[in-house]
Amino acid sequence: MSELLAIENVTSGYGESVVLDDVSLRVNEGGSLALLGRNGVGKTTLLITLMGLTRLHGGTLRWRGEDLARLSTHERARAGIGWVPQERSVFPSLTVEEHLTAVARPGPWTIERVYAMFPSLASRRRNFGGQLSGGEQQMLAIGRALMVNPSLLLLDEPMEGLAPLVIQELRGIILDLIATAQTAVIIVEQHAKLALALTENALILDRGRVVHQSTSAQLLADPATLHRFVAVA
Amino acid sequence: MPDDVATRPVRLPDDRWHPLEIVFWLGLVTAFFLFPGYRVLGSQILITGLFAVSLDLILGYAGIVSLGHAAFFGVGAYTAGLLAVYGWGEPITGLFAGAATAAIVGYGTSFLVVRGHDLARLMMTLGIGFLLFEAANKAAFVTGGVDGLSGVVMWKLFGVFTFDFAGRTAYLYSLAVLFILFVVLRRVVASPFGLSLIGIRERSRRIPAIGAPLRQREVAIFTISAAVAGMAGALLAQTTQFVGLDVLSFSRSAEVLIILILGGAGRLYGGLIGAVVYMVAQDILSTYISAAYWRFWIGLLLVAIVLVAHGGILDGATAIYRRLTRGRS
Repeated sequence: MSELLAIENVTSGYGESVVLDDVSLRVNEGGSLALLGRNGVGKTTLLITLMGLTRLHGGTLRWRGEDLARLSTHERARAGIGWVPQERSVFPSLTVEEHLTAVARPGPWTIERVYAMFPSLASRRRNFGGQLSGGEQQMLAIGRALMVNPSLLLLDEPMEGLAPLVIQELRGIILDLIATAQTAVIIVEQHAKLALALTENALILDRGRVVHQSTSAQLLADPATLHRFVAVA
Repeated sequence: MPDDVATRPVRLPDDRWHPLEIVFWLGLVTAFFLFPGYRVLGSQILITGLFAVSLDLILGYAGIVSLGHAAFFGVGAYTAGLLAVYGWGEPITGLFAGAATAAIVGYGTSFLVVRGHDLARLMMTLGIGFLLFEAANKAAFVTGGVDGLSGVVMWKLFGVFTFDFAGRTAYLYSLAVLFILFVVLRRVVASPFGLSLIGIRERSRRIPAIGAPLRQREVAIFTISAAVAGMAGALLAQTTQFVGLDVLSFSRSAEVLIILILGGAGRLYGGLIGAVVYMVAQDILSTYISAAYWRFWIGLLLVAIVLVAHGGILDGATAIYRRLTRGRS
């Protein structure tokens, strides 16, 4: 598999402050990575850095061999990075269908395909974003990101605050996404075991630095490391 | 999928024309025949309504606040007025010239406006409004200054219809321009571009992350809004055959903001309904109650509307309409 994203020795943060310190990682086309670690270690900052919303103090970001850092946020989205932020950012006064059509870009993901993947969205297509449940908002945020037809999907704690049944459903959907292998996925998750079961590779951050990197299967079989750096749920 | 009234979005306009919309437009046509003595007032209501719709594009959709929208109205008015004074009194081309100059000024100033946040935008638009007002005041040799621009002579519309004092041509011309522009803008706000504007209003920081260039979209809608405001100004200049310095005044900027909020922002129709209610109320109050203190009653009306339905008349009416239709089904 060819390289999609490569982060090399990246140091970034907000203004003068540094949150990420000398972080390197690689994601292949269609690959999947679980980004783990305790609260406040820089997982979300890493995703935000990929979107160009932090200050990059040093290091390089490569996207299919090109320099990603010189692209603005909307250009990165159009180049194929789909970000599903933790707070979901659903628009209260757009309908489900409007969320999807407003951002649509040509590619394999169409509105029909998103509805096929999320039947509960299809049945609520005329409802406003503000009328949806937490699980539906999460699905809508993912569906909206897919409509931009990303090559890499950044999922920031997609399961947070959702009911167990909804987590089950979403888990199946993310597994599906990774299995079809058209879209690479980076998933930030507090439920470490859940994320590891879904992904191919894993990376643990601690205080802004990479402290562990392996396949997800290896990390699952290494409870000592998990206990040391991740709150295991 | 069956249309369930309870779950259907109530935001107007969506893709299909609602029966009430058709009633609304037929009502404007009917008013022409029902109130022949009020056609001049009627045409000014239509023009003010168009001006309020232009403000709705930036305020109600993209969430860009402005206290100086009269700048673009005034630029359009002076463009059309000056063209006619200097020998080109053809209405339709004058209208487009007014829109074009307002769009140019709007595009140029948009970069100053969109870069800031709400308070900075208020100050910036206010400042731009003052600048243009004083510039027109000082350039009396062109604009007529405080005396206004007189000598505006309009040619017949399509070479057939004279602009008469009874406001017959003025009303129908204003209504036609308003309707055509409205149909176009209705499409614009329902398009992905228009939807992204609502996204900008609600989660502006997240908009670039879903592939929409925030600043470019804000500049685009600000320019379109300025062009529409310019057309409204041009309509006023042409139908009254006069341009007063007040077209650029702060009170006109404030008034259009009041009208839009009174009617309800973010639905295109709010500006039109606000203009009808505000100007009819103003006419009745100043004629029958007190010419001097009509603002007292307008103030009372505003306070009442905000208390009862803070989304404006349109929001309050929608709530009542939904309750009625739900009761029926």
